[in-house]
Amino acid sequence: MAEETPKKYLLGNDAIAHACLEAGIDFVSGYPGTPSSEVVDKLRAGKDPWYYLEWSVNEKVAFENALAASWCGLRSIVTMKHVGLNVAADPLMTSAYTGTKGGFVVLSADDPFAHSSQNEQDSRMYAKFAQIPCLDPSSAQEAHDFTKTAFELSEKFSLPVLLRPTTRICHSKGDVRLGEPSPSTRKGEFVKNPKQYVVIPANTRPLHVILTKKQHEVAKYLVEAGLNSAEIRGKKAVIAGGISISYVEEIIPDDISFIKISAYPIDRNWLAEILAKHTEVLVVEELMPVIEEAALQAASSTVVHGKLDGYLPHEGEYSPELIAGAFEKAGLAKNTFPASPEVTQVAVRPPILCAGCLHRSVFYAMKKVFKDGVFPSDIGCYTLGLQLGAVDTTICMGASITVGSGIAHSCPGTDVVSTIGDSTFLHTGVNGLINAVYNNTNQIVIILDNRITAMTGHQPNPNTGLTATGEDSPKISLEELARACGVSYVESVDPYDLTYLLATLREAKEKPGVKVIIAKQPCVIMNKRLGIKRNRYVVDAEACTKCGACLKYGCPAIETDETGAAKITALCTGCGVCADICPAGAIRRGGARQ
Amino acid sequence: MKKSFDVLIVGIGGQGTILASNVLGDACVIEGRHVRGAETHGMSQRGGSVETHIRIDGKFGSLIAPGTADLLIAFDVLEAVRYRHFLKPDGVMIVNREIVVPTSVFSGKQQVPTIDDVEAKLKAGSAKVILVDATGIAAKAGNPLAANIVLLGAASHILPLAVESLSEAVSRNVPPKTVQINEKAFNLGNEAV
Repeated sequence: MAEETPKKYLLGNDAIAHACLEAGIDFVSGYPGTPSSEVVDKLRAGKDPWYYLEWSVNEKVAFENALAASWCGLRSIVTMKHVGLNVAADPLMTSAYTGTKGGFVVLSADDPFAHSSQNEQDSRMYAKFAQIPCLDPSSAQEAHDFTKTAFELSEKFSLPVLLRPTTRICHSKGDVRLGEPSPSTRKGEFVKNPKQYVVIPANTRPLHVILTKKQHEVAKYLVEAGLNSAEIRGKKAVIAGGISISYVEEIIPDDISFIKISAYPIDRNWLAEILAKHTEVLVVEELMPVIEEAALQAASSTVVHGKLDGYLPHEGEYSPELIAGAFEKAGLAKNTFPASPEVTQVAVRPPILCAGCLHRSVFYAMKKVFKDGVFPSDIGCYTLGLQLGAVDTTICMGASITVGSGIAHSCPGTDVVSTIGDSTFLHTGVNGLINAVYNNTNQIVIILDNRITAMTGHQPNPNTGLTATGEDSPKISLEELARACGVSYVESVDPYDLTYLLATLREAKEKPGVKVIIAKQPCVIMNKRLGIKRNRYVVDAEACTKCGACLKYGCPAIETDETGAAKITALCTGCGVCADICPAGAIRRGGARQ
Repeated sequence: MKKSFDVLIVGIGGQGTILASNVLGDACVIEGRHVRGAETHGMSQRGGSVETHIRIDGKFGSLIAPGTADLLIAFDVLEAVRYRHFLKPDGVMIVNREIVVPTSVFSGKQQVPTIDDVEAKLKAGSAKVILVDATGIAAKAGNPLAANIVLLGAASHILPLAVESLSEAVSRNVPPKTVQINEKAFNLGNEAV
């Protein structure tokens, strides 16, 4: 029995991955994105997996792959971060119409407070929009349990099921009780059924009717299955969803009713009955007022407090102390948390590009050559180039080239230099390049090629030469791809060779049309893991004029000593770019191997 | 209301805060106790300031409220200052007597802080401050990177966990080849306080 297995201290994402094994997963796909990445990373690290697994080039591709696996009768999961679901939204919306066969779980990890994201969108809205069930766990244990439930639900109702953990689930740990892995022996078989799988208008209209009919059944079942539940304890109530349930549990008094919403859609009749037993309720949920709006619709005379009347914020993540403030305002309980004492001012320590990172030298060179240039950029470690003044726009994956094109056509005569990483270029960047060439745009595109998807934890991509499971695969040629898009100026450069990099940028500046420069150096973290070493650089303190040029480069390996002269620390990875920058020639190779 | 013993572990991405928190989490599991933890992943790891919350006997959420932590373990004096407001007034902080000056201080030509300045700031508060030369002690144990385990050894007097459980959890969490060094680091840390 599962009850007897010892508990483990596990990350929410690892618990989800293990639940996939227990559910007998057959097919795994995804695109990395914080906070979702560890689910596939954990599953791909499995020895002798019985399931198929891939990192796909983007979320739409990943989604469609996994959907097809479900149509073949297999259990499949596709993982992504919340904004990835925007990319996959097209198949998502219609997959609810076609329905599924094998259990199909769509994991979309939300990021309240945007710890590592460009926005705070709420995936529950997508579930509502697509009319599919959504499970919203409140702990690592529930993340595990709900993953298994999601496969069962999907099969019961032939619908994709959205699993929506948030950062504080994915990247929180807890004592979790696991079950045993259950290797699958299913064989995929695609049974033709055009009425279901070919959504021409004549087919999709009846499919929509079927989808609508499922809604009430699903909502009712979620209550019967105990996923949505109510403990009636008084005339006032708190309704909480997802991670907020755990925060409310910590502070709720015994005489206040507690309604837990862990799944959607919410059964309106059930909710109306419960609300009718209370005079006032406080709704506690991060991000969008999904439960609150349902409560307002279902309430006849019950007063509903939440975001819409200003008791709680729409933005950011919640915490017990924040919720305690709303409890006090609603007259439920006194807030006994201490006021947060003043924080002592201390130098900020934001994340920073690593010592020896190729991105830093590219940004330095761009700033040198294009003093008045506009620099659209993209999503990746290189977004940190903002600190170096070399990132002017970032909106979503693949938008560096397209935003660059828009600026180039809007502001003729402006030097537009877009930067994009290799993985992001292959995700959705290449479409923008095709468009830029097709429409005769004047623009420089620099592909920052470190051969890996670095920021999310070094996942391989088509540019790495390895699949997610470590098998060899043909390494895509970014040069040939750019040329095939119609770019005539394609140059590959070593970004550690600052002189040549500057010369290439100057040459490109004078050419019309779309110019593609591919800056190639492996990620320094990967080099370290692979044991690739270079000699460190040192400063000749006597030759140093203390001009500060190297310090402005912003490399974490460069500091000053007591006299104000530059000093290179043990963080140096030997890229040598600072030696090219130093006007006094005071920096030379000569340190120990790192 | 609060029944858990709350520990905040802070440092700089790459210093091993997560490994240290895994040791505490596993020690709880070894003792059959509930535990919750929250970590920093993703972009913040790139040399940025990181915080890990551990709630020993925690059954609810993983986040510790400011002003309520029982123990702060800091891998760097500047990070101790940054997160000191999480401690309850009579809380304890165990701090590595080490400073990594943020790159922004040098590139932005700001005043470079010294350990002594920061130490004075720390001691001006109401919390009990225990400074440990964890990096030096770890070097003596065989590897300066074991400073995180030295700090856990130093904290073992305050943590509501048996030294045996912590020690067992250390050997479960460190790379197999480094078990001896880390066991030594833990013991030296324990003796240093």
